[in-house]
Amino acid sequence: MTEAAIVPLLSVRKLTKLFGTFAANNGIDLEIMPGEIHALLGENGAGKSTLVKMLFGVLSPTSGEIVWNGTPVSISSPGEARKLGIGMVFQHFSLFEALTVAENIALSLDDNVPLSKVAEEAAALSRQYGLPLDPSAHVADLSVGERQRIEIVRALLQNPRLIILDEPTSVLTPQEADKLFETLDKLRAEGRSVLYISHRLEEVQRICDRATVLRHGKVTGACDPKSETPSSLARMMVGADVASVERDQSVAIGAVKLETRNLTVAARTPFAVSLKGISLSVRAGEVLAIAGVAGNGQGELFDALSGEFPQADANAVLLNGVPAGTLGINRRRLLGASFVPEERHGHAAVPALSLSENLLLARSQSDRAAFLSGGPLGLIRQGTLSDATKRISAEMDVRKASIDPPAGSLSGGNLQKFIVGRELDRQPSVLIVNQPTWGVDAGAASRIRQALVDLARSGSAVIVISQDLDEIFEVASQIAVISEGRLSAPYPAGEMTMEKIGLLMGGMHDGSNHPEAAHAH
Amino acid sequence: MRIELERRPRASKLHALLSPLLALALTVFFGGLMFMALGKDPLSALYSFFIEPLLDTWSLHELAIKAAPLILIGVGLSVAYRSNNWNIGAEGQFTVGAIFGSILPIVFAGWQTPLTLPMMLILGALGGALYAGIPALLKAHFNTNEILTSLMLVYVAQLFLDWLARGVWKDPKGFNFPQSVTFSDAATLGPMFESGRAHWAFAFALIAALLTWIMMRFTMKGFQVAVLGQSERAGRFAGFSSRRMIWFSMLFSGALAGLAGISEVAGSIGHIQPIISPGYGFTAIIVAFLGRLNPLGAIASGLVLALTYLGGEAAQLSIGVSDKVTRVFQGLLLFFVLSCDTLILYKVRLVLAGGKSEGKA
Repeated sequence: MTEAAIVPLLSVRKLTKLFGTFAANNGIDLEIMPGEIHALLGENGAGKSTLVKMLFGVLSPTSGEIVWNGTPVSISSPGEARKLGIGMVFQHFSLFEALTVAENIALSLDDNVPLSKVAEEAAALSRQYGLPLDPSAHVADLSVGERQRIEIVRALLQNPRLIILDEPTSVLTPQEADKLFETLDKLRAEGRSVLYISHRLEEVQRICDRATVLRHGKVTGACDPKSETPSSLARMMVGADVASVERDQSVAIGAVKLETRNLTVAARTPFAVSLKGISLSVRAGEVLAIAGVAGNGQGELFDALSGEFPQADANAVLLNGVPAGTLGINRRRLLGASFVPEERHGHAAVPALSLSENLLLARSQSDRAAFLSGGPLGLIRQGTLSDATKRISAEMDVRKASIDPPAGSLSGGNLQKFIVGRELDRQPSVLIVNQPTWGVDAGAASRIRQALVDLARSGSAVIVISQDLDEIFEVASQIAVISEGRLSAPYPAGEMTMEKIGLLMGGMHDGSNHPEAAHAH
Repeated sequence: MRIELERRPRASKLHALLSPLLALALTVFFGGLMFMALGKDPLSALYSFFIEPLLDTWSLHELAIKAAPLILIGVGLSVAYRSNNWNIGAEGQFTVGAIFGSILPIVFAGWQTPLTLPMMLILGALGGALYAGIPALLKAHFNTNEILTSLMLVYVAQLFLDWLARGVWKDPKGFNFPQSVTFSDAATLGPMFESGRAHWAFAFALIAALLTWIMMRFTMKGFQVAVLGQSERAGRFAGFSSRRMIWFSMLFSGALAGLAGISEVAGSIGHIQPIISPGYGFTAIIVAFLGRLNPLGAIASGLVLALTYLGGEAAQLSIGVSDKVTRVFQGLLLFFVLSCDTLILYKVRLVLAGGKSEGKA
């Protein structure tokens, strides 16, 4: 196809956005043709969000030009972007949980359309694009994948010619992602264009026609992803070869460090999953990875293991042989355990507090002697805290704008490196991590995975709860699958296959661990 | 044309400092408009409201007397509010503190030793803490809303005080006035300086502010307050108990309010009467917010709010407006403080064109 023959739907020329003196976007050139799925690749902080926000009228460019269908335009608000024919599906949804699907869609429309008509149109669209959706369902009852469909249908109702998707699969199960890809194919077949933001290289290769790669606010490459390899794409993103995780097969396996015996936890809220008779054990030197589709009890399992919500039975959890079921999180830390929760903001860290304060957050009791003085007064030793913060930042290569910035000012990957580093710094004998690299760029993810493997190699037991199968195969020595609050028997990583995991994820337990499961399904 | 708020990428430090000053300026400006509407010369009215009270030694003493309870309560409230526990009932805790502390000079009037006064102050703080313990218990164990329970308990306390002053605690030799016996010298908080009435409650307030600032800034307890106030989930991850924090913050703010109550009775009034406070417990809410929920900030804002009380009295005397203007100024101030705080997180943008109902992303 000759480029001159067709007018690009959207072309961006020398687009620059300065925040103060910092160039978040520096002379970006980008062309999107009608009827193509165009990938925008880049690490966290590469400038993808800034670029997209300018295209959707949320930010205004400092200089440069946006040309829509051959005409230069200035997009000063999302409303104007929609009027041109640009639709956007954000990574974080803006939905009211207490309202129904149709009500949520009606809220985003500019004109007063009767609710019944909205519901009808939404239902028609969702059928047409293979996005099953019940307009009368309450959003609170829907899975993340279904919520995303609402956002997509909402965008489609405006009949856009360009749809921007920001990290759409980061919240989806593999099956849900497949469904989404089918929808994208349909959109392309209709001549609509899609700007697809991701850092999952495999899916970009699978569905995208062209890719533009950003790094440090500049375009570092434009290519046909199908003719590249994941590692060549990654190289464009990070500027160097991404280190693949090295695993030493001859790790000495030692004593059992963490064990649960018939761990059973009732659901705390109507939307939670109850844990049913989970028994596992992890030995020194092992990495037990727990795979599973989101919402099958991963969060609940983490809470139970961390002691944020302790159990009634002391023997439900044993840490280094000590019954710890009834102990709270700090008593478990004192027994040598460390924890990294899934949510960075507001769980693992408080965004408004500085990094050193967030260090104290996790280690105020386990490292009381180092960080506090004055006995019962609990005076905070700022000096040692700063030193430790510096040490962790250097060790994990945490990039930040000042010495001790608020945690919320760091990019997702850098904050996650700090959070993981904060726990590794105390050399825990047991580490439990939930979704270690969720929403983290490739460079940071490989760094974090390597750190987990290294920790196990040094004689600790590690549990990694993850939805990312690539990650699981990269780090695990044992793999188990969680489904509807039940855990399968663990399998050595070498014997586990994608098919087997898929079956287990669907709840097809082999019966060896939970005989009753065979009847339940 | 419309006005849009655009979220700042990060909180503006400049506006965090400027916002209280801007709020003050707007309060003065709109106060001036109010005086104009009342037919007074705004400049001279503002002068007699805000400046005159600062010119006499006598009125500076009054300023310290009025600032002391405001600062004491405001310091306690700033800790409670930082921890996300909304104690609105300081007025009630103030009242119960005054009642508890007054047990000694009224019921045991004969016991006059150097220990009497310290014991009264301790009892006062204890009374305030116990009274704040009721909403704490209700919130920690039954998940009630502490804003409602603490507020409603204010009226219970005030009516109880009224009953005491007109009933069992009424001075038999008091010509049927609704007030108790006058406290003995051993039960009276003395003046700080020779030159006037200002008593030691002002010193307590400064010390409480300083110690609380140190606690919030340098100790684990202050760190717990900050963490649990920002995110209960992160607090749980750190092993902090939000239930214990409910107790701590309510008892702490209640104790300081109770101390303020007994200091007011033992220092300024000298006996128990049906009404002992011109709304210090409610005004201290403004003190806490105007002081940026910082204990040291509460000193400055306590002095400003104390001035509104004095100014109201002065304006009533010199230009003949109702002393209710005090309430108006306090209301204006709270309103502007809270609205100016928007500027810390948001940028205001005037959009001139495109007046349609678009742009709601």
